[in-house]
Amino acid sequence: MYSPQIVVEALLNGLMLGAIYALIALGLTLIYGVLHIVNFAHGALLTVAMFMVWLVCARYGLDPYLAILVVAPLMFALGYGLQRFIIGPASHGKDNGILLVTLGLSIIIENALLAAFQSDTRTITTDYSFRVVELGPLLLSFPRVVGFGVTIATTILLWLVLHQTDIGKAIRAVAKEKLGASLVGISVPHVYAMTFAIGCACLAVAAGLLMPSFYVSPKTGAAFVLVAFTIVVLGGMGSIPGALIGGLLIGVVEAASSLFLGDSLGQIGIFLIFIVTLLVRPTGLFGARA
Amino acid sequence: MTKPRLATLAIIVAALAVIAFAGLSGALLNLMIFMMIIALAAQGWNILGGYAGLSSFGHAAFFGAGAYAMAVLQTRFGVNAWIALVIGIALGALVGAFIGFLSFRSGLKGSYFALITLAFAEVARILANSWNFTGGAAGILLKLQTGLPYLQFADRRYFLLITIGCVAIGLVVSWWLEHSRFGAYLVALRENEQAAQALGVDVFAVKMKAIAISGALTAAAGCLYAQNYLFIDANVAFGSWISIEALFAAIVGGSGTVLGPLIGAIVLLGLGELTKGLSGGIPGMDLLVFGIILVLSVAFSPNGLVMLMKSLGLRAPAKAKEA
Repeated sequence: MYSPQIVVEALLNGLMLGAIYALIALGLTLIYGVLHIVNFAHGALLTVAMFMVWLVCARYGLDPYLAILVVAPLMFALGYGLQRFIIGPASHGKDNGILLVTLGLSIIIENALLAAFQSDTRTITTDYSFRVVELGPLLLSFPRVVGFGVTIATTILLWLVLHQTDIGKAIRAVAKEKLGASLVGISVPHVYAMTFAIGCACLAVAAGLLMPSFYVSPKTGAAFVLVAFTIVVLGGMGSIPGALIGGLLIGVVEAASSLFLGDSLGQIGIFLIFIVTLLVRPTGLFGARA
Repeated sequence: MTKPRLATLAIIVAALAVIAFAGLSGALLNLMIFMMIIALAAQGWNILGGYAGLSSFGHAAFFGAGAYAMAVLQTRFGVNAWIALVIGIALGALVGAFIGFLSFRSGLKGSYFALITLAFAEVARILANSWNFTGGAAGILLKLQTGLPYLQFADRRYFLLITIGCVAIGLVVSWWLEHSRFGAYLVALRENEQAAQALGVDVFAVKMKAIAISGALTAAAGCLYAQNYLFIDANVAFGSWISIEALFAAIVGGSGTVLGPLIGAIVLLGLGELTKGLSGGIPGMDLLVFGIILVLSVAFSPNGLVMLMKSLGLRAPAKAKEA
């Protein structure tokens, strides 16, 4: 058996990785809550954001955390364009259409990256990549501590945007009552695209937080996408606090199951949670009753 | 909508068989075998995703069940290949019934159903990858033994014939669906589940039957895959690639049609080979093209190539009359 210190450290590191998961899930759940679509391209878009961060850092020597400031607007614009000009028109507003178009997009993105960058994994090494933070007797990974803090800050920011700004109000109005919102003069396609754009900007933040301690290859996003779906379903599709708590929970579960089951079998804990949640309570912990 | 007649299906199958013996090169034979395997997997997907409107993103679960049954039964228990094929197909139906029982009892559909099938396939992949019984991460190598009893042939054309035969069975199953009460129930379910239920359709039972048939067909494709390539591992058998290709072929060809999956598989894989050749081996180019075709076909021809061809065919004579 492991000593309590190792277990606690692993769980805390899992909790902080969970925060970054939560950030990825935040965009997904926002998009679901407003557009009522499952965005299968979310993982691939995360990969795009990670490659952008990598490019900015490798080419211009920028710090990955500062790169977020460059990449977030780019991802925002990309997200807006994708929803407004591709996903929206191509899916004819049908659920199945959206599912398939975003799946198609994820395959296009993944393989375009593969053609451009080959399947090599790329990393950014910073002088703080392996630094640890001492918390009493516990040693915590520095990039993860930063990730945890930034995630909380981003969640608060997102909440403020949704509740204090005009576009936030429009987004919430469309989420609640699409027809009513369009009757009072809100452009629904614009709000949809803005929501998608915000979701993509969240991915840029997540990418910046991941890069100092993680690698990127064209398939990286795929590894995160099911985890993100699990979090969204667990937290309740469309619920922002749900995504945050779900993410933290999944991070801990993953850390615990890979500690006790080993790395390859460790992932299974997440999928079992996913399946059980879908079967027993598909509305999740915080989701409204359908 | 005109439904293809059995005679038309017979002609198509006969044509495929003739092509098989038309002196194709080894590479083309291999491609055609692969096309038939994917077509069969897509036919399975089509029963559930096309006719019943339940899009699965995890048909790899069935494909892998078939492939692993074939490999494990032969290598570990010395079971005859043909018997293993039958057991593999039955296992596919069983896995379908298992996933179906859990998901349909909870009333999952739409994106929830897509997600849970994906999760089941991933669980299967992780288990097969870490369990020694299934060869772990190293996978399973099947023994090369040619001859009819071993379902392996020195002449690849005979194996191609077997795959064509299986696709023919898939065609007949779909044809039967379009002419049976059960098939009508499926379509009713897809169009309006509540209305179907109100009219007395036992929705749960119909869905269960559909997923079992769907699983069996896709598992058959997995069995043939294992038998053809004589090697499988978890990423091949339960990998998301097969879930995606089965779905792509059915949708691009025309979901909910008899010929859609077959046409889709031939067109997609044909185009895939073409782009591989033209792009000079840049990785991912064929899948890139698949993705673009999927988005384009959802955008411009949501009913698939079959319907596109039909509508073009109907329009052409009308124009001729005008002229």
